[in-house]
Amino acid sequence: MQTSDFSKDFVEKIARDEPQWMRDRRLEAYSLYESLPMPHTTEDDTWRRTVDMRTQDYWRRTRRHLRGFAVENYHPAAEANGSTSTEVADGTGVLVQVDGNPQHTYLSPELQKKSVYFAALHTALKERGDLIRDYFMTKAVTLETTLKSGNIATHNTFDALHGAFWQGGYVLHVPKGVRIEEPLRVYIKLSKDQHADLSHVLLIAEEDSQIVIIEDNASANQDTGGFHCGAVEIFAGQNANVTYVQVQHWNRQVWNFASQRAVISKDAQLCWVTATFGARLSKLNQAVVLEGNGAHAQLLGLAFTDARQHLDVSTAQEHLSPHTTSDLLYRNVLKDRSQTAWGGNIYVYPDANYTDAYQKNDNLLLSERAHADTLPGLEIEAHEVRCTHGATAGQIDADQVFYLMSRGIPYDLAEKLIVDGFFEPVMERIPMDAVRQEMQEFVSSKLET
Amino acid sequence: MSNALIIKDLHISVQGNEIIKGLDITVKQGEVHALMGPNGSGKSTLAYGLMGHPSYEIDSGEVIFNGVDVLELEPNERAKLGLFLAFQYPTAIPGVSMANFLRSAVSAVRAKETNGSENIELIPMREFRVELREKMAQLDMDEAFARRYLNDGFSGGEKKRAEILQLAMLEPKIAVLDETDSGLDIDAVRIVGESVSSLVGPELGVLIITHYPRLLDYIRPQFVHILLDGRIVESGGYELTQLLEAEGYDPIREKHGIEETGQVEETVQ
Repeated sequence: MQTSDFSKDFVEKIARDEPQWMRDRRLEAYSLYESLPMPHTTEDDTWRRTVDMRTQDYWRRTRRHLRGFAVENYHPAAEANGSTSTEVADGTGVLVQVDGNPQHTYLSPELQKKSVYFAALHTALKERGDLIRDYFMTKAVTLETTLKSGNIATHNTFDALHGAFWQGGYVLHVPKGVRIEEPLRVYIKLSKDQHADLSHVLLIAEEDSQIVIIEDNASANQDTGGFHCGAVEIFAGQNANVTYVQVQHWNRQVWNFASQRAVISKDAQLCWVTATFGARLSKLNQAVVLEGNGAHAQLLGLAFTDARQHLDVSTAQEHLSPHTTSDLLYRNVLKDRSQTAWGGNIYVYPDANYTDAYQKNDNLLLSERAHADTLPGLEIEAHEVRCTHGATAGQIDADQVFYLMSRGIPYDLAEKLIVDGFFEPVMERIPMDAVRQEMQEFVSSKLET
Repeated sequence: MSNALIIKDLHISVQGNEIIKGLDITVKQGEVHALMGPNGSGKSTLAYGLMGHPSYEIDSGEVIFNGVDVLELEPNERAKLGLFLAFQYPTAIPGVSMANFLRSAVSAVRAKETNGSENIELIPMREFRVELREKMAQLDMDEAFARRYLNDGFSGGEKKRAEILQLAMLEPKIAVLDETDSGLDIDAVRIVGESVSSLVGPELGVLIITHYPRLLDYIRPQFVHILLDGRIVESGGYELTQLLEAEGYDPIREKHGIEETGQVEETVQ
């Protein structure tokens, strides 16, 4: 087993078979990582609601884990280990990765013929070096940014760590005019104890193209600790249509950190669904940059936390151009002593007149010990805009429960109906039956435990 | 013996205030009773108390249904025995479709035995749809209604008709209708009245709670009770409603020495 202390030596080791430019980028990220402090709840505003350092030694423990994580996957040619994914049907395209190692990649001959490219990122570095060089941490998830949502130092700590040590992940590149209606499926798994997943995802949809990606982040076992520090970069070219669904159901021992950012060009549309069921602590930074005139983003979030899970999400809707629209709806259900924090900002830049932006976060608490923080925010520098936001948090309604029970429905089923009903406004906007069904199963199993 | 709901010397309080102060009434399957009283007399408190709302405290007394002490039971267990409450203010549950809700409710009520509370086997979709369509047609309801979210954005009349549809689907033995005519215009009262009337028969006993007799034009009760200040002060036949219509509650108040409280009808918290 190869363990890593996330040192410079380790960067060199990972980069030894990679192009020089990637090695340089890794080292640059590494020096930034070294210079940045680890996030601190009392000093750093964006971490204030993540963990309370005064009552639990959360973060120090996490850091100890960081030093001890096994990173066996630094060599992409490493032999495939562990479970082969029997549940996977090839369909249009499928990619399976276990503990950072690509295990299986398939793309239908029909799509290959249309020059669609779908591969593990390490493979892509060799086969499509120039493409990766253009897009990898240069335009979306970057270490330095002039965008408003980027000025968050601790967000950068993990971005820098990721930039230095990333391993695994994949790229999907769809050429101009190619429209893929059937979803491509991706399964990213953690199987061994104390392993890390530092996947980097690049979705590049050229002009007039269309893609649908459904990605699962899953643990093979329920009791193995793990660490995910990932990045997702999405590019929707002019008039492209991108649907990206990420279902995160790591087990409750995994520490999850992710930076995800989409850049949306003129008249392009993004539908982005984020479902969260797993992780011990999840810290997710998510942003859409509406760069071109008429760009549209729909962000749908659905989360169900239980036990002592802690989910912290920061979202940004950045409107750079006129006539851009964005619509965010995040709904969380909390059980037991779990906690969620959502901080969302809409930024409207001076040029972005006729922006229409919406954001809403609602929380349903099934336990009196659960806790939800919700902070919507607006920063508007244009004159002709329409921005609406809202947030709610509340215990399950006793009158609703009584009403259902008065019709013969037992408490557990009444609670399930209310929870399903609460998620329904998100579910009904998810354009795929299979995905809705999968999520409903996760919701049901959460209610049963 | 036919099924009967027997209430004996019942006392109910809400947030420490006694509202029902010793109430006796027996409703048998096949009978129609009207319980009439002005605002604040305790009508809704009785209704919620009978169904087991947690905010309504039963201080003393008995409620026996079909030989079982219902006060020991959860609301869903009362429903399973065959007790039904049509709410004055039905609760909206966004995101839960009428059809999905009804299928769960019907399945729960008809389940052979509740082994624990989980694992209710849903009745087959096809079977359920046929039955729902039939009942909706009987009540002259549009099928699109079934796809709407439960009471969410329903008009007053729609809410009350939805309650009656639930009554029709669940086929209880005793139904308590709490102010089912309130807030409805004359046409809506007629529709709801005729719907309930079509369901009344030897298998269903009804306790109609109301402060205004117009619903009783459609469902004529054999027994009429007058509730004042938490007690039944008069019981009789249909002629009592006519007396009320003509003279109001004042002569009865005077007769029993009860002052007008001016209290607003209590609502659930």
